[in-house]
Amino acid sequence: MLDATPRRDRLPAAPGVGYKPRHFAALLDDPGTVRWLEIHAENYMGDGGRPHAQLRALSERFALSVHGVGLSIGGEGPLDPDHLARLKHLLGWLNPASFSEHLAWSTHGAEYLNDLLPLPYTKATLTRVADHIDEVQEAVGRTMLLENPSSYLAFSESTWSETDFLDEIARRTGCGLLLDVNNVFVSATNLGYSPQGYIDAYPLERVGEIHLAGHHTDQDDHGAPLLIDSHGREVADPVWALLDHTLARSGPKPLLIEWDTDVPDWSVLAEEAARAARALARIAV
Amino acid sequence: MNVGQDQFRAALLDATQPVPEGLTDGAGAPAGRRYSVYRNNVAVSLTEALIEGFPVVTKLLGEVNMKGLAGLYLRRHPPTSPILMLYGDSFPDFVATVPQVAHLGYLADVARIDLALRHSYHAADADAVDPAALAALPPEALIAARLTLAPALRLIRSPWPIHAIWRFNTEDGAPKPEPGGQDVAVLRPGFDPEPHLLPPGGAACIAALMSGATLGEAHDAGVTETPEFDLSQVLSILLAGGAICDIHK
Repeated sequence: MLDATPRRDRLPAAPGVGYKPRHFAALLDDPGTVRWLEIHAENYMGDGGRPHAQLRALSERFALSVHGVGLSIGGEGPLDPDHLARLKHLLGWLNPASFSEHLAWSTHGAEYLNDLLPLPYTKATLTRVADHIDEVQEAVGRTMLLENPSSYLAFSESTWSETDFLDEIARRTGCGLLLDVNNVFVSATNLGYSPQGYIDAYPLERVGEIHLAGHHTDQDDHGAPLLIDSHGREVADPVWALLDHTLARSGPKPLLIEWDTDVPDWSVLAEEAARAARALARIAV
Repeated sequence: MNVGQDQFRAALLDATQPVPEGLTDGAGAPAGRRYSVYRNNVAVSLTEALIEGFPVVTKLLGEVNMKGLAGLYLRRHPPTSPILMLYGDSFPDFVATVPQVAHLGYLADVARIDLALRHSYHAADADAVDPAALAALPPEALIAARLTLAPALRLIRSPWPIHAIWRFNTEDGAPKPEPGGQDVAVLRPGFDPEPHLLPPGGAACIAALMSGATLGEAHDAGVTETPEFDLSQVLSILLAGGAICDIHK
């Protein structure tokens, strides 16, 4: 007999969505195929009020993933101890199934720049990022997942491929990886490499979660396509195809739909999640 | 050529700075407008945070003017914390210094209401006392009592009719603002904070209570501003707003 009790202490290999407060009622009324939710850590670093109340209610029904956007793990400066303490507090009271952050920097001195800024893949960056991840994991008392960025440019000083770089960081720190296949597609298109080749080189055994999102299309100075990771529309067909390519190699994984700008009605997001459920079903047969 | 984060940052919010050398398109050509994606992400996302965070200021200025003002502000005062929902603490003071909006004297104080509503929304929860508990106190005990007020309570005092301006821009059919100063208490009885107009002397009284004064001292603070000050009226406002969380006899 199947165990119908949902587990909330780990992310299921099922669809999840990035949680938006406007979906609260509709989501509880009919979650469709959605079995887990992801929240941005910084949105729940207030002291209370409705955001915390909603989170407590959702944690009764769904497994939760806390996704940080402000830790600046790739920053040249030290990690912000106040922010680390806030993160530890949130992870402490919420006790989510997963915690993840980005391979990027967003803080410069005292300034927070609110974007995931790019890093050169060098030995110096590797050492710094690994040290910061050690510090984070030590502070919060759990392992984290590290997400690959969407890239619009490259650094001439880079000496590592992104896949080798991520693999080496995970090996050194014991962290897991969050594979964003839209970011792979965006970066591969923008920088002129094969997205399938990236997946084939990626350490899929370390993946704890997969992200999917929509992107927009622009052009660079020479008329070449420049994809923008906008999180503002449906996941593109080639990204769904790349997901199939990935799942065929990785096996089932927790799949997250991210939709952060021009957020649609719940039914539209639920349909994206259903499409992710069908992708998982295809590899199960 | 190596590109450090100082160098990457320098050109990020200043379009007159050249794109750092050493950034490429992946095939060795200069990054050019690819770098602008990051410039755009930073400026647009912070502008949107300010528009969302100061809705009544945005309504008063119109979105185009608000974007201009936000662009000035975010370059001079970038966020100092990743908690973007509370970005803009210094925006009201900044607004008061910008010559282009100097003719809107009330704008900074309206910005203070927008900001107070956000802070109140995210403030800690606290259970309110039963209104009967206050009513049950004999007069001499009432005078000596001190109150613990809700963390979500905020006060804004203004020489402008800011409550009327706020209502006129958020409520259909609200009356046109008349000249004169108004003081506002932001109260959050449940999860939704709202600005309430205070009677004369009310803000001085509540400010005294917030700093730990007794009800007698707070009453005196109100009377100092206006001889007709009515303490019971202020206590009713606080009780209705769930803003009294403990009574210390």
